[in-house]
Order: sequence, then structure tokens, then C-alpha cells
Amino acid sequence: METIVFSLLNGVIYGLLLFMLSSGLTLIFSMMGVLNFAHASFYMLGAYFAYTIMGVSSFWLALFIAPVLVGVIGMGVEKWGLRRVHANGHVAELLFTFGLAYLIDEIVKIIWGRTSVNYQVPDSLNFTLFTLYGADYPAYRIFMFFVAVAMLIFLWYMLKKTRIGLIIQAALTHPHMVGHLGHNVPLVFMGVFGAGCALAGLAGVIGGNYFITDPAMAVQMGPIVFVVVVVGGLGSLEGAFIAAMLIGILQTSAVSINASLADIFGFLGLSPASEVGEITISSMAPMLPFLLLVLILIVKPTGLMGDREV
Amino acid sequence: MSDFHVDTAHTPDIAPPPSGEPMLKVSDLHAYYGKSHVLHGVNMEIMPGEVIALLGRNGVGRSTTAKAIMGEVTPVGSVKFKGQEIGGMPNHKIARLGLGYVPESRDIFPTMTVRQNLMLGVKDLRNPGKYDVDQMLDMFPNLRSRADNMAGVLSGGEKQMLTMCRTLMGDPELIIIDEPTEGLAPKIVQQVGDMIAEIAKSGVSILLVEQKLSIALRIANRVYVMGHGEIVYGGTPADFKTRDDVRKEWLEV
Repeated sequence: METIVFSLLNGVIYGLLLFMLSSGLTLIFSMMGVLNFAHASFYMLGAYFAYTIMGVSSFWLALFIAPVLVGVIGMGVEKWGLRRVHANGHVAELLFTFGLAYLIDEIVKIIWGRTSVNYQVPDSLNFTLFTLYGADYPAYRIFMFFVAVAMLIFLWYMLKKTRIGLIIQAALTHPHMVGHLGHNVPLVFMGVFGAGCALAGLAGVIGGNYFITDPAMAVQMGPIVFVVVVVGGLGSLEGAFIAAMLIGILQTSAVSINASLADIFGFLGLSPASEVGEITISSMAPMLPFLLLVLILIVKPTGLMGDREV
Repeated sequence: MSDFHVDTAHTPDIAPPPSGEPMLKVSDLHAYYGKSHVLHGVNMEIMPGEVIALLGRNGVGRSTTAKAIMGEVTPVGSVKFKGQEIGGMPNHKIARLGLGYVPESRDIFPTMTVRQNLMLGVKDLRNPGKYDVDQMLDMFPNLRSRADNMAGVLSGGEKQMLTMCRTLMGDPELIIIDEPTEGLAPKIVQQVGDMIAEIAKSGVSILLVEQKLSIALRIANRVYVMGHGEIVYGGTPADFKTRDDVRKEWLEV
């Protein structure tokens, strides 16, 4: 029972973090028509910026300033980089974001070094919030939960309830028509790209000290975020949310399951001493998102909620 | 100034437009799709308040002319709106000068309500146009009953009307309407025609790309006929009706 409760709690928090990353990526995908390979790099930048800002000031300031900085960098990348490359087609765009990801990786290594930095949970949040089944539950995870939910509500409100949200939605599917109605679509796209990067930056601020802030964090997070976006359905925010939760809970639960393959398939005569038999479910956890990706592409190529094929 | 008048020396079939400052002046407009040369020097003028019908067989470049004016296809040559060169200008700037566009593809926003679609036609909330959404719905009661429906479920005719109303919300001085009656049932064609006549009455200039002569001749002050990527005839509907030769050569199939 306690395993289930803890897995669910942690899974939901991890899922919300994944959604924070994938919501920006899926919006940017709808807009550009290609996946932004550098998206997780903006997540990494968020974490490093927060580390540096926290060093000279406080975590709370970093929580606001780091995402804004990442967003501004994102807007610059769109305006002076992607917009020009866009004229040369999708392959050029894809290669551009690919190169950008490596560029950011190297810049991070030059500035902050090749090993992890000591980006810590702030003291004011570093305490046990409650004890469940005799285990301590850290307050910071609940803080992450609330930041993610606040962002979720904000994003939903902006897109569904405001005029700029309507313009964004219309521009994602009919950019030319929206332009002919007198709305500055390039500006809207720059804003969406910046906001998507800022969301990734925010995920970095609250995720960097929960996991670890090192130059490999973008490479580790990137593929999982892609999986979320593709499984959810390219361009679909609702799908990204469901997929993020699914993968968050699935992966977190798998880690906490102690059973091995022999325990499950023992009735087939699989011996716990054999190489296959001693594989544990928890060791298979990192594989699960990609298994899901492969299965979804075979069964439902548009993803859970999407309407276009990959 | 004589530059308001079309040089009639090489194109004897084009009657000069009424004198005055043209609202839209297209001069020697060329356009290309890849390597194929689609427009071969289109010249036309639209005076304030005029309704112009642009006729011609399929594939002669009528829609391309509309697209080149609006920048959907790269225009080569000169397109002047209210005296200002708009070739190469971003489309939102063209719209904000007062040039509206209702494309052939209609391009309603299917996942939004009719009301939301109309709201997006307003360019600037601080400086809204002549009509608000409710006035627009009063003028076109067909849309009133659908106001809170998703635009995606509308019929073809309703979508066409919505697209035109949405553009009207932005208070344009000239609207280019591309093939509004294409694929619509005859009864609906009549309704759409009535609506365009209604828009014209409100003082908005219209460039109507249309294939159905009945609609075009009912509404237009002047008619242009295109053939092989250029204008081959220009004149009043009254003159056009007497020109069997033009109809035979350039319109009948």
C-alpha cells in the first residue's frame, strides 16, 4: 500500500515536470512543424541559471528570473536563428536545433565545468512536510507539485480564456489567415517559442536541485520529453498531459517494484538464477518510455490525442 | 496626371477605369510557381467604392492574381494600395492598411465558435471597427443561430459567410474575395451573392474572383476578364453583355 501511495505521489510530480517540458515542446512543434531538439537544453540552462542566481541572491528570485532569462534567449534563437533557417525547409530547421543542442551543451561545460554543480534545494524548503507510513516526505516535492499546477492553470487560462490565446491557437493551424486578419504572426511565434523555452527553464529551476544539475541533464531528459510529445500526439497539449502523467507514474512505479522476471514468469519455468530470470522490473524502468513509444507508433501513429502522423 | 489611365495602345479591349485616384493599382504584375510563369504582366485598377469582378476560365491566373496582391505568392511588379507599394510587405501590415482577403480555402478556425472566429477578425481591441459581433450577427441572421457553435460543424455556405464577416470585422476598405461560391448548392450561391451585394452597399470596395457570370454581373460595376495570365478585357457589365466575342474566346468552355 505505501509503495503505491509513494509511487503515485512521486509519479504525479515527475509527470507534471515532464508536462512542463513537453507542453512547450508540443506548442513549438505545432508552430514549426518540426521537433526542437534543443528543448531539453533550455531545461538545463534554467537549472544552471538558477544555480548561479541562487549563489548571489536567493532561490525565490531565481525561480522568477531564470525562466525569464531562458525565455529571452529562446526568443532570440527564434528571431535571429530559426526564422531565417525556416525558409530553407524542415530538414534545415531540424539540423539547426540539433546543432543548437550541442552548442548549448558545450557552452554550459565551458562556463560551469564538466562535473555537476552543487545546486541545492533552498533551506527554507528543505524539511519534512509529513510522515507517511513511517517514511519522511520532503516538502520540496510538494512545492514542485504546486509550482507545476500553478503553471498548468496559467497555461490553460492563457490559451483558452484570453484573446492572445485564441490568436495563438488560430495561428498554429492557419498562420497565413491570421496574418491576413491583421495579427503579427511572426511576433506571436517568437512569443510562443520564448514562452515554451521559459517553461522548460522553469522545469530546470525546480527539477535541477531535485535531480542533479550537470551537463548531461539535457541529454538524459531530452529523449523522454520527445516520447511524451509523440505518445501524447504531436501538437496536442491534452495528449502531452496524459502521456506525461502516464510515463511519470509508470516509470516511478516500476522503480519501486522489487519483483524480477522470474517471479512473474516463474510458472513458465523461468529460473531466478538464469540471466533473463534475474532481470528485475525496476531495472527495466528506464526502458519503459521507449517501449511505449515504439508500441504507440505501431498501434496508433498519431499518438493518444493527436491528429497528425509523425 | 495621366498614370491613372491604362495604356490602351496594346490592349484595345480594356476600357479605362473611371478617373480619379485608384484604391488598388496593379501594374505589370508577374508571378511564378517554381519555374512556371503564371502571371504575365497583369494591369488593373480599382477605384474607391467599386466592385470589380475578375472572370476567366480555370487556370488562367485569377486566384494567383489575388494571391500575388496579398503576398501569398511572391509578386514581381508593382502592387499599390492607396498609393503605397505593398509588394513584399508582411501580410499583417497589408491587412492593417485596410486590405482584407477572403481566400478560396475559407480558412475558418474550426475548433473555435462562430463568435470567437468573428472576434479574431478585429485587428485591435482598443480601436475596433464599425461593427461589433452582435451587429454583424444581426446583419447576417444565418450566422446568428450558429453563434455559439464550433465553426468546424458549419455547412460550406455558412463557412463562406463566416469568413467574409470575419474579414469585415476588421473594417477593411477593400476586400478581395476569391471564389466565394465554389462548391456551394445553387440556393446557397444566391445567399452568398446577396451577402456580397450587401457588403458592397456598405461602401466597401470589392475585388471578386468569380466564375459564375450571374453573380458577377449582378454585383459588379466593372468586369475584367483574364486569359493566359493577363487581362484580356475590361469594361462595364452593360458593355460586357454585348460582347459575345469575348465570352466565346475567353469564358465559354
